[in-house]
Amino acid sequence: MEFEPKIVAFLCNWCSYAGADLAGIGRIQYPPNIRVVRIPCTGRINPLFIISALRHGADGVLTSG
Amino acid sequence: MSTKPDKIGAVLVVGAGIAGIQASLDLAESGYYVYLVEKKPAIGGTMPMLDKTFPTNDCSMCILSPKLVDCGRHLNINTMTNAEVVDIQGEPGNFNVTINKKARYVDPEKCTGCGSCAEECPVKVGDEFNQGLNQRKAIYKLYAQAYPNAYAIDATKCLKIKNPKACGKCLKVCQADAINHEMQDETVEIQVGSVILCPGFEKFDVTQLWYYGYGKLPNVLTSLEFERILSASGPFGGHLQRPSDGKEPQKIAWIQCAGSRNCRIEHGYCSSVCCMYAIKEAVIAKEHTHYPLDTAIFYMDMRTYGKDFEKYYDRARLEHGVRFIRSRVFEVTEADDGSGNCRIRYSNEDGSISYEDFDLVVLSLGLEPASGMVELAGKLGLDLNKFNFCEPPNLTGVGTSKPGIFVAGAFSGPRDIPETVMQASAAAADSAADLAAVRGTLTKAKEYPAEKDVTGEIIRTGVFICHCGINIGSVVNVPEVVEYAKTLPGVVFADHKLYACSQDTAAQIKAAIEEHGLNRIVVASCSPRTHEPMFQETLKEAGLNPNLFEMANIRDQCSWVHMHEPEKATAKAKDLVKMAVAKAALLEPIYPVTLDMNHDALVVGGGVSGMTAAINLSKQGYKVNLVEKTDSLGGIANRLRFGMRGEDVPGFVNDLVARVNADENIKVYTGVEITEVHGFVGNFETTLSNGEVVKHGVTIIATGAQEYKPTEYLYGQNDRVMTLLELEGLLAAKDSKITGAKNVVFIQCVGSRDAERPYCSRICCTKSVKQALKIKEITPDANVFVLYRDIRTYGFFEEMYREARNKGVIFIRYTVENKPVVQAGPDSVKVTVTDHVLGVPVEIDADVVGLAAAIVADKETNGKLSQFYKVPLNQEGFFLEAHMKLRPVDFGTDGVFMCGLAHGPKNLEENISQAKAAVGRACTVLAKQSISVEGKCAFVNKKKCAGCGDCESVCPAKAVQVDPIEKVAVVNEALCKGCGACASTCRCGAINVKGCTNQQLVAMINAL
Repeated sequence: MEFEPKIVAFLCNWCSYAGADLAGIGRIQYPPNIRVVRIPCTGRINPLFIISALRHGADGVLTSG
Repeated sequence: MSTKPDKIGAVLVVGAGIAGIQASLDLAESGYYVYLVEKKPAIGGTMPMLDKTFPTNDCSMCILSPKLVDCGRHLNINTMTNAEVVDIQGEPGNFNVTINKKARYVDPEKCTGCGSCAEECPVKVGDEFNQGLNQRKAIYKLYAQAYPNAYAIDATKCLKIKNPKACGKCLKVCQADAINHEMQDETVEIQVGSVILCPGFEKFDVTQLWYYGYGKLPNVLTSLEFERILSASGPFGGHLQRPSDGKEPQKIAWIQCAGSRNCRIEHGYCSSVCCMYAIKEAVIAKEHTHYPLDTAIFYMDMRTYGKDFEKYYDRARLEHGVRFIRSRVFEVTEADDGSGNCRIRYSNEDGSISYEDFDLVVLSLGLEPASGMVELAGKLGLDLNKFNFCEPPNLTGVGTSKPGIFVAGAFSGPRDIPETVMQASAAAADSAADLAAVRGTLTKAKEYPAEKDVTGEIIRTGVFICHCGINIGSVVNVPEVVEYAKTLPGVVFADHKLYACSQDTAAQIKAAIEEHGLNRIVVASCSPRTHEPMFQETLKEAGLNPNLFEMANIRDQCSWVHMHEPEKATAKAKDLVKMAVAKAALLEPIYPVTLDMNHDALVVGGGVSGMTAAINLSKQGYKVNLVEKTDSLGGIANRLRFGMRGEDVPGFVNDLVARVNADENIKVYTGVEITEVHGFVGNFETTLSNGEVVKHGVTIIATGAQEYKPTEYLYGQNDRVMTLLELEGLLAAKDSKITGAKNVVFIQCVGSRDAERPYCSRICCTKSVKQALKIKEITPDANVFVLYRDIRTYGFFEEMYREARNKGVIFIRYTVENKPVVQAGPDSVKVTVTDHVLGVPVEIDADVVGLAAAIVADKETNGKLSQFYKVPLNQEGFFLEAHMKLRPVDFGTDGVFMCGLAHGPKNLEENISQAKAAVGRACTVLAKQSISVEGKCAFVNKKKCAGCGDCESVCPAKAVQVDPIEKVAVVNEALCKGCGACASTCRCGAINVKGCTNQQLVAMINAL
């Protein structure tokens, strides 16, 4: 079986999360490997979250805001 | 006997562009019910069409969409789309309005915006939103992020509307049963107390200017077409290409004033915004290409007169390498090499003729007034100016010739977004001022059942998974996800719904909460950004705290973007549901925080802006403390003699002072400064230099500005050299120095647009032209020279510039490298300047030299206030607004507003408008009985807090402070925006955010 990375994404509600919604409205297709966590601001990203994601088996972490 | 009808606490807003949206939000938040009437099937106006906005390069849609959502969802804004005002009868306080609601053929209440109908519709027509550069269907949504998020049918194109037996494909696919081809227009009558007109502008039809080749040459575009090409949501997905052949352009030219500053087509005015948008388009176009793009702007005068515009112009020229070519363009023809390129033939300043070829030519279209309004204005007896703009009467900012009817935005004259937003808030303030007695009489507030206490209860989560018609269901295996959800910890109920957002589903969710004793709800459907508030509403109706709710976005971020991978999409949907369920288990109720509110205002500065604000606040029924540091009211306007449009400024100022002094609601402090400030919105305590302590709920800063004292051109050494304000005094007194002068020279940009002050002072060109005309009026034989860099007589002031030239005022352009030289002589001063046409020095023996000295901020006063109220200044010492585009009178700090010259150079009319705008915004705060915040705030576990103060240093809202006695951080919930920067910074884990705790987020992550 081919390797399918699991990527945890922390997206700011006001910009990147909205951008991800817009990608949907535009039906822009992308690989289904991302699991999005909506946060109120990129300032909310505690380093703990990134470590926690990697510890729990995420192959990558994306933060965007 | 006639009885005067009672006033009505509702306002009609005509046009739902940014002006209409802002005015509606301000009014609805200030206690008035709003009818917002929009001709198109969605609100938003022109802003959604723009790619980026100057001078910050923010994405237009990104900054607008939160306002669209707020406006669309507001309980006290009744948005009527596809509707037009037919007639307005009555008097101020009580108007009867007739509205024609055109058939939409789609019920926006039922339509979920899924788009299946448009996929099936066989009819393609030009997409006007994209300026016809691509096609849409006969059933369509105006743009992707439109509110209402609902489709509409173009009746002129739909096959079934033309012939009831034809087509009907959309009907078959619409699972929401939202489409009805037999829908009829309806007429609605409403009653309102006042009216705001903000129908916006139309673009100039540039085919009238045949010599630019638009319509004939495929590679000549309009500026709005170019915006759509740049836009990521445009016809080419943001890829910069020629629409004609898809070629990536190497060279692009902009031609300014296409339909502006042109008397031959009766467009003698300047459209005010084109210089900036052309520069912006050039800069953004360069960002779009992976190769060096050559951009050139052909212009007459570069009018970058707004706040921070000059810096943008400098950066475009010096950093981005945009070429600026001062010229007159004769014509655009096709290059003869078969490339499809355009050849521009133009005249340089010295009269020589040049040619240059470009891949694309963009015409910077001027603004025209909304054509549909002429008829309505005629019916209402509303005065329009000679260009059909609804120019406000002198010194009203937003008035019209009809009492009770106000105007905002480009319908009042060409203007940019921040000025439009200012006028909108100003019109909200003015339209509310006369209705203060009926404030809050028509607004609605919803009643909810008492909330169930869920503390200590075992988690009982209910999960509802949406098919969204076929939008989710055709990709994600919804029943499989439902079965999976049932296995998750805490889940006691899971079900699927065709449309989770429909009315009947809301009833079913409420029933399920009751029947299964659910205390946490998860909905897996579309985006929480659009639908979370709606579902939370359902929870409240069912007696659950709205924060016991979590959403999984399995449509916008799953089924729509993984359409060809149903299995993986289903797996992802399961994960998203699992994460949501994990977080839901840790959710706790959050209660809004309520604090007492002082309803008085403090206005700092007793100039025209401060006085205007005070009077308007008083009219709204609020008490005002007006603090002026000098001994008299009036500010710098005391030195003005002539208004830009011939107004009697001294008379106006005297009247204003008298009204302020006579107003019982206004307490005036003169000769008093502010020494100390404590508190926050709703609860400020300001100490004055006379020892008094003023308690107030809001603060308006209107500290004004000063005239720069020049150090150049012999100012202060020779009494023939004076500033414009000094010259104005002599001119008004008909001093012989002026009346006897044979040669008068004005020098522009003295202290402006230089390295020390890299901004334009905005009003000096118009002021100089005004004074030049006055001199010509008094002594027609006098020679008047204006030495300038760019003449910036924006808007309708352009006409005054033309009048001055017609009357013989001589305009000579100088360059910043070669400034005029002023030398003292025995009976005159000698001014030497290099003529821009002849290229040789010209000597003028001037009797008087007027220096257009810059407007400079009072850095000392502003600096103090900046610290007292925790609000920022820009580099030049003017106050910096919360957002350059959409929050022009607000600060990031709640409850503090600004207006007038303290914000930046502006003329009297604009200051008045901004002062009213500050009131409009302040009233949204003052109208509240108490300060209520959502409650998704940071909170501190005192036992863990070490008092290190890291949270305090990172908080952008200045909401956290370490208590000096207890040595622990304390959150001011009234100020906290819930961003969570503190929680991420805290090394002890002592500070956390309600509704988004570290534990909740980690639970989501660990669920994977």
